[in-house]
Amino acid sequence: MNPVNPMLPEVFKIRRSAQNTEDVFTLELERKNGGGAGFPFKPGQFNMLYVFGVGEVPISISGDPTRPHSLVHTTRAVGTVTRTLCQLKPGDEMGVRGPFGTSWPVEEAEGNDIVIVTGGIGLAPLRPALYQMFARRERYGKIYLLYGARSPGDLLYMDEVGLWQHQYRIETRVTVDAARRDWKGNVGVVTHLVGKISIDPVHTMAFICGPEIMMRFTRVELTRIGVSPDRTFISMERNMKCAVGFCGHCQYGPHFICKDGPVFRFDRIQNIFGRREI
Amino acid sequence: MEIDTLDRVLSQHPFFQSLDEGYRKLIVGCASNVVFQAGEIIFREGESADHFYIIRHGRVALEMHNGGKGPIIVETLGEGDVLGWSWLVPPYHWRFDAHAVELTRAIALDGQCLRKKCYEDHSLGYELLMRIVNLIAERLHATRMQLMDVYGNVKH
Ligand SMILES: Cc1cc2nc3c(=O)[nH]c(=O)nc-3n(C[C@H](O)[C@H](O)[C@H](O)COP(=O)(O)OP(=O)(O)OC[C@H]3O[C@@H](n4cnc5c(N)ncnc54)[C@H](O)[C@@H]3O)c2cc1C
Repeated sequence: MNPVNPMLPEVFKIRRSAQNTEDVFTLELERKNGGGAGFPFKPGQFNMLYVFGVGEVPISISGDPTRPHSLVHTTRAVGTVTRTLCQLKPGDEMGVRGPFGTSWPVEEAEGNDIVIVTGGIGLAPLRPALYQMFARRERYGKIYLLYGARSPGDLLYMDEVGLWQHQYRIETRVTVDAARRDWKGNVGVVTHLVGKISIDPVHTMAFICGPEIMMRFTRVELTRIGVSPDRTFISMERNMKCAVGFCGHCQYGPHFICKDGPVFRFDRIQNIFGRREI
Repeated sequence: MEIDTLDRVLSQHPFFQSLDEGYRKLIVGCASNVVFQAGEIIFREGESADHFYIIRHGRVALEMHNGGKGPIIVETLGEGDVLGWSWLVPPYHWRFDAHAVELTRAIALDGQCLRKKCYEDHSLGYELLMRIVNLIAERLHATRMQLMDVYGNVKH
């Protein structure tokens, strides 16, 4: 982060761009002036990405925190800024502010079984947490990755997910909402997978990231298998402007998502989570 | 498969969890062991629903057809799941197709035999119905989530 003024973007250029699905792209960035000590960040943190002349959006960092020399973002093209962002080509320039926000408690989770439940683009902010756990795989018990998407074509990072399963002993369960016959995997909602895992609930930490309704019902399923709210962490999204707790755009009850979040311990927001008016 | 083994398999299946042993023994009388090879059709929409299945291992796909658009898999079931409740609901016809995606082992329960036992013993009927209602509620909830399209593909 710019130590003098966190509102001032630093110029980066696109090193590589890859299309993950029909509407999701991964950009790898490097500092325009080269050098620097890479881009250290914690899993779950985000940057404000500024497309010159178009606007600025919060996007989670989706790369490997143990290899901070490359800055990676996975973005779904949904509107004005993200669509332009996804069209940038290697060599193009953009502004970056960050990293901002809280992180997944990957170190605190050592010694536990881990359950990661994620849907859609929600795997992007969790990928850095997985990378960090892989670097110290022996410090964790079972690691489950329960991942849901709309259709097989919307699944992210599937080559990697296959590798993780074997290389790092990750129990992956992937599901989609509907599929054609050539899909040989699960069809159904991701929350349904929670009841089918075998973990020790009092020594388990759960990380959830996805649409709010999916996170809400994932909590219901976690309660059923005995994982308590103070062992559950979720990542929240709200519209954001300054990202440093000044403007109040991303206020969520008494919290600002940009600085108190995006990752929250569930018991700390339980009273407002899912409330219609918030 | 021996009666004893069928009884053991049923007792370990989540669907029959904490069911009175006496009732389970009655149900075993309607049970048989089945194996479906990968790709094998289990039943088709419109056929009479003579059985339902307690899945032990494998994966079963439930499909619906929409004319020329080809079949869509709307749900898959696996270990610990139960396939079908049409055996309980007149006119006892399947409302979708089911095929095994991979080698699948299951216990088939004869619907007619079970309906008869439930009619003779309403307490058994109540026990079974409560379990099926739970299942239907879960599936209905899941279907609503799927309908909501929660990963919301944004219109371009
Ligand atoms: C902390 C944080 C981390 C985030 N991380 C990521 C990330 O890693 N990858 C990523 O792709 N996005 C991420 N987002 C969401 C991203 O910031 C928004 O998609 C983006 O701000 C939309 O801006 P836009 O100008 O492209 O769309 P707008 O022009 O503002 O919106 C266009 C249309 O898209 C809809 N829309 C806006 N946001 C979303 C959304 N999130 N999902 C579906 N529809 C939406 C709007 O309702 C509107 O109809 C994150 C958000 C937050 C707060």
